[in-house]
Amino acid sequence: MSEVETPDVERPTSAGAPQAELPELVDEVVVRPGEAHDLPPAATHERVSVSQRRVHQVVAMGGGDWAEVTARAAAEGQDDVMIINMGPQHPSTHGVLRLVVELKGEEVINLQPVVGYLHTGIEKSIEFRTWVQGVTFVTRMDYLAPLFNETGYCLAVEKLLGIEAPPRAQALRVLMMELNRISSHLVWLATTGLELGALSIMLYGFREREEILDILEDVTGLRMNHAWVRPAGVSQDLPDGTEDKIRAFARDMWAKADEYETLLTNNPIWLERTKGIGHLDLDQLIGLGVTGPMLRAAGLDHDLRKVQPYCGYEQYEFDVPTATGSDVYARYQVRLAEMRESLRIVEQVLDTLPGGPVMSTDPKIGWPAKLALGPDGLGNSPAHVQHIMGESMEALIHHFKQVTEGIKVPKGEVYVPVESPRGELGYHVVSDGGNLPYRVHVRDPSFLNLQTGTPMAIGLLVADVIAAMSSIDPVLGGVDR
Amino acid sequence: MQTGSGLDKLPGGILVTTVEKLAHWARKGSLWPATFGLACCAIEMMAAGAGRYDLARFGMEVFRASPRQADLMIVSGRVSQKMAPVLRTIYDQMPEPKWVISMGVCATSGGMFNNYAIVQGVDQIVPVDMYVPGCPPRPEMLIEGIIKLHEKIQTGEPRSKLVVQEA
Amino acid sequence: MTAGHLETGTGTQPSDALQPVLAGLRERFSDAIREISGHRGEVVVELHRDSLVEVASWLRDHPAARFRMLASLTGIDYLKLDDRPERLCADYNLYSFDHNTRIRLKVRVTVEDPHIPSVTGVWPGANFMEREAYDFFGIRFDGHPNLVRIHMPEDWKGYPQRKDYPLGGVDVEYLGAHIPPPDTRRYKGGWTST
Repeated sequence: MSEVETPDVERPTSAGAPQAELPELVDEVVVRPGEAHDLPPAATHERVSVSQRRVHQVVAMGGGDWAEVTARAAAEGQDDVMIINMGPQHPSTHGVLRLVVELKGEEVINLQPVVGYLHTGIEKSIEFRTWVQGVTFVTRMDYLAPLFNETGYCLAVEKLLGIEAPPRAQALRVLMMELNRISSHLVWLATTGLELGALSIMLYGFREREEILDILEDVTGLRMNHAWVRPAGVSQDLPDGTEDKIRAFARDMWAKADEYETLLTNNPIWLERTKGIGHLDLDQLIGLGVTGPMLRAAGLDHDLRKVQPYCGYEQYEFDVPTATGSDVYARYQVRLAEMRESLRIVEQVLDTLPGGPVMSTDPKIGWPAKLALGPDGLGNSPAHVQHIMGESMEALIHHFKQVTEGIKVPKGEVYVPVESPRGELGYHVVSDGGNLPYRVHVRDPSFLNLQTGTPMAIGLLVADVIAAMSSIDPVLGGVDR
Repeated sequence: MQTGSGLDKLPGGILVTTVEKLAHWARKGSLWPATFGLACCAIEMMAAGAGRYDLARFGMEVFRASPRQADLMIVSGRVSQKMAPVLRTIYDQMPEPKWVISMGVCATSGGMFNNYAIVQGVDQIVPVDMYVPGCPPRPEMLIEGIIKLHEKIQTGEPRSKLVVQEA
Repeated sequence: MTAGHLETGTGTQPSDALQPVLAGLRERFSDAIREISGHRGEVVVELHRDSLVEVASWLRDHPAARFRMLASLTGIDYLKLDDRPERLCADYNLYSFDHNTRIRLKVRVTVEDPHIPSVTGVWPGANFMEREAYDFFGIRFDGHPNLVRIHMPEDWKGYPQRKDYPLGGVDVEYLGAHIPPPDTRRYKGGWTST
């Protein structure tokens, strides 16, 4: 069935007349106090009050076209409004995010985030790869927390398959995910510090992150984009000596977290730049679908690891840190505390790590490659090669079909969320019963969290906009996929 | 595309050659990168600039935000269709002499993303002097690419031509 | 209309907290619901599109439901999965903090008439998500404050994640061998028959 060429929605060329049969386009409506306005009911949002100066405001995120924004400003007769384009190439926007900022003097009156500069077509690419190959694509979305991407995807596939990974694999997943959470928060701390001017924090954050990446490299083989978590387990077990390494790192990290606390928490410059900036109420956050540290910094202790646990999180004892300020400083406090909670979980996992296989032993589902360390590095285990070549024809056939054709996942649709460092990372996976995924949609937390940029930024100075946007912790790989 | 050095136009001679070598040495010794981190490779680039794999020892710690002040563009990450014109604009804004390192397989050739959304190699848009493969390349690999680029700059080799593939 | 028929597939039963919600839906909106189904413990309610905003508001506000968060809006193209003429689907994933439950709403439309009422009035966070579904599937959300493309360049033609849109990509030549782009490889279904 060929594509029916329907015209794209065209935006009005001047601030005003929409096209004939297309929906009424309202770029952005600012209602000043005392002014009457007429809006179609569906476009009205809940009351968003961001500062004393605006009593009632309706905020809509625009498409960001330069000409349109300037035309509208000119049409409204606002001569003293400056329209600044921040990005997509900008040192402080956490990736290729474009912000179209309208300034009156130094104060922001509107901000429109424009995304899509990193759109990679990952969701569509997965539809042409096997289920296991999908892991390699999915891991590159939120590139600061790749293990969360992989785990969420694999949990969704396992839910469709109706199986659970072996207990040791689940514990290892938790271990690696928590280490990844620490490294992601460290990058957040490093880049936020850099943007606010605390340049040494950048170096400290990356120094600690290198330690974690060493551990991840030992276990998974790569520093980033690991493709280690596979459906029905993980691909490799911990090599010898890793547990001691992780324990040594954890000991060190407790001290380092205290160091960051000493440097920043009561630092008058840090407080000036982060307290009271980017405040949002809890109902605004919930309405926008925000999850993760931003929500917890508003006082709601919603953490998927506690309310809908997966991978055995219910066996570990940890707290969900919250704060009440709901500003940049509160989000900083929450993330720092989360790093400490992650260390607690890491230590508990190491203490209670079960034995057993790390990949399902069902030959139709578990990934067949058995790896072993040989004289020339990591390669196929000679015992496994002997088995499939010399001993069992059936094993050879299973190995061959698994690697070339892949697993077949029963028909169905599921949604599985995990708690990534940015919030709820959800996978909506549709299977048609075959060996290729039919549709994989990723609910990325940064995509929804970015919608808070507009209400947060109004009334702020430009430098505070940087702080506010960085407190969202957006990773544009996940936003754009 | 001619080499940026106006010294080429002078007649050859021992004195001129030495000054040229000096100019190349100065250029390679303080090659300032423009921040053009796009995706995962950007994080490895930041790690290369951080404490362990220190880029400052090559004179490159100052990542200039403004392309007008930079002479090296490290395209690190996948270039999407929407980003391609921006990339070209930033490249055009850099003053001569300038060099481009394409870091990672996505910038080099589109990488694992052979689809509608990604430009299949940034050399379709800008001329590239050094390709660094990897997904993402380790910081050491990036530094190796940078050192090779330094050697290339020192020899005063002419810059790459823009390779445009016929549709 | 098969409202009232709840299958649970081969998985676990849906949670008890959802039973009053389903009962309330069946009672109030029985003509709006096309089908209630479930798989692996998840409950999916397929609605007719005209009643979407009403049902969504009820689900958000009623004390037994209180689905205050729209967790995800997924666009799905069912072209190759079933034969219904309404091949484009918007799947709303709702979460309730108070009762810790999830429910999914589905609305299916045809390509010729791809209009669905926007829920940005119920959950403002639907803004970006509806733009994404429009960008990739061409579903037009009536009442959205600014329905323009979000990921693709604004003048892009076509809706990339529909099943009849090609993957794109180029042929790759490597050491004399010719490797076609992934969507033209002989891969689907595997080496043996499906």
